[in-house]
Amino acid sequence: MEKTPPTTPRQSWTFSNEINSEIRRAAATGIYDIRGGGAKRRVPHFDDLLFLGASISRYPLEGYREKCATNVVLGTRFAKKPIEIAMPITIAGMSFGSLSGPAKEALGRGATLAGTSTTTGDGGMTEEERGHSEKLVYQYLPSRYGMNPDDLRRADAIEVVVGQGAKPGGGGMLLGQKITERVAGMRDLPVGIDQRSACRHPDWTGPDDLEIKILELREVTGWEKPIYVKIGGARPYYDTALAVKAGADVVVLDGMQGGTAATQEVFIEHIGQPTLACIRPAVQALQDLGMHREVQLIVSGGIRTGADVAKALALGADAVSIGTAALVAIGDNDPKWESEYNKLGTTTGAYDDWHEGRDPAGITTQDPDLAARLDPVEAGRKLRNYLSVLNLECQTIARACGKSHVHNLEPEDLCALTIEAAAMAGVPLAGTNWIPGRTGF
Amino acid sequence: MQTIDMGQTPLREVNAALQAQTTTTNQTKWVLENPRGAHAVAVGLDAPIEVVVKGSTGYYCAGMNKQATVQIEGSAGPGVAENMMSGTVIIEGDASQYAGATGHGGLLVVKGNASSRCGISMKGIDIVVHGNVGHMSAFLAQKGNLVVLGDAGEALGDSIYEARLFVRGKVKSLGADCIEKEMRPEHVEILRDLLDRAGADARPEEFRRYGSARKLYNFHVDHAGEY
Repeated sequence: MEKTPPTTPRQSWTFSNEINSEIRRAAATGIYDIRGGGAKRRVPHFDDLLFLGASISRYPLEGYREKCATNVVLGTRFAKKPIEIAMPITIAGMSFGSLSGPAKEALGRGATLAGTSTTTGDGGMTEEERGHSEKLVYQYLPSRYGMNPDDLRRADAIEVVVGQGAKPGGGGMLLGQKITERVAGMRDLPVGIDQRSACRHPDWTGPDDLEIKILELREVTGWEKPIYVKIGGARPYYDTALAVKAGADVVVLDGMQGGTAATQEVFIEHIGQPTLACIRPAVQALQDLGMHREVQLIVSGGIRTGADVAKALALGADAVSIGTAALVAIGDNDPKWESEYNKLGTTTGAYDDWHEGRDPAGITTQDPDLAARLDPVEAGRKLRNYLSVLNLECQTIARACGKSHVHNLEPEDLCALTIEAAAMAGVPLAGTNWIPGRTGF
Repeated sequence: MQTIDMGQTPLREVNAALQAQTTTTNQTKWVLENPRGAHAVAVGLDAPIEVVVKGSTGYYCAGMNKQATVQIEGSAGPGVAENMMSGTVIIEGDASQYAGATGHGGLLVVKGNASSRCGISMKGIDIVVHGNVGHMSAFLAQKGNLVVLGDAGEALGDSIYEARLFVRGKVKSLGADCIEKEMRPEHVEILRDLLDRAGADARPEEFRRYGSARKLYNFHVDHAGEY
């Protein structure tokens, strides 16, 4: 008798192998999964937008010949000493503790070579970082680990961190294996314990308090430093408006693809909005207050290419900030460590257990042997190269759109490939003049 | 003695004058009149000067202080002496929320009561409160000493690390991972010194000591319910 043809075993979309593996992991350990990085799920992003380019009605600029400026001045509202950077790209806040000393040094070196700024993180300012960063933004965080007025004054700008795209409303946790004597000393805590970073500031709540906190920071630093306020992509319209009301010089807006050193997977993937969805509401808030370009907007979360930079600027940002991409540029998740990633149960591109401190690339670790694998000079050069490419790509696009400054890019230069992206970015769906939620079809 | 009338002088000028003093200044005594609840008064000082504020202050008076002695002849608003590094801050009246928050060093004396979250995230500061402290005081307290001559409100020392808490009166409740601990001779000596420096009329033997049980230092699933 002829055998019945077998059917292909059908996997459940709802209970996929990946989901089932997480159920088994949770059942075995009793604790949620913690990892680094930002949201990995597919969400509407800059890839869903296209530039229209020049045409009969728009004249392009000649590549390599006609000037297309990229410089950005940050902190023009109140600060006596605004920061000028050569390109609309900055390095995001990442802590010494989550990152190794050589990694922080590499970020400072690369940013300085490229003419831009880098940013401290939870845990305070290190000498390596200050020494190798011409322009250094000092994060003022809820934990206040390592916070002191001398470092505030040594900074070129101060970033009051209210939220983070990977975890709006969440604090942080640096696990004990990364708490070496030096890290613990900077944070005034015992070696080897899990260090909790608070989710909200200890001495202010709400926008009225924030206004007074900013006043204090300005008074302590003689009104010299630009004050940034960093918000996660939760309620971008209102948070931007309230940050402006509180006196911010710069708003840093971080979408859900923005990375973190360590947070619960469920937090990263399920709280907060995609970067693309956050920009237009934030810009709208600035425009409604008459503060667009007066208070600068820096956007972060999933910036990878010069096209991403250009699209963020076209939507109204003044600059972008990169974190994960900068780590990749200096060697994170590099295929040359594949065999070691395999030993850790992962593979190149997927390694995200940054909190465990066993990073083969020597970046997200405090292990001296692993950290020594990263040459900060070479890594700094790579970062400079990468930043230069982002800038050149952004310029190329701006010239193609006929812009003599990248800030002249505008929403009218864009169209969207999907209805979702069109709605979020507030630009027409390609081939139509339809902006979902704003205009009729 | 230098006297500044804050009713006539902008805050920026007041702080700039105080911040301009160096360790070798001979202008060591300053009086600020008419503070009228102003915020951020005498912040960011870094010289061994004495500043007397003749009245009550708003938020963050003496914030991030180093070396200076700041005396408030009134009550202080939220965040007084926040992130103090060294020096002394004395409040003759009451202190609002977050007194001494995240302070790294120095001595904060509150002669009246302190509101909630006194000493939150303290990192080495010594705080002596002659009266009571409100709820969640010494929350996430990392280092230093909090001395309370009166009573403490709910959840004292919640999620505390290595700070020491000394309370003479009643404690309404202890927060997560905070327990009463043995008062050993070295603690009596620490407390005696603090009481003496704070001008407090009390004996160390009248106090109980509280600190961390250290059960929450590393996550364990069996303790998840305590967070």
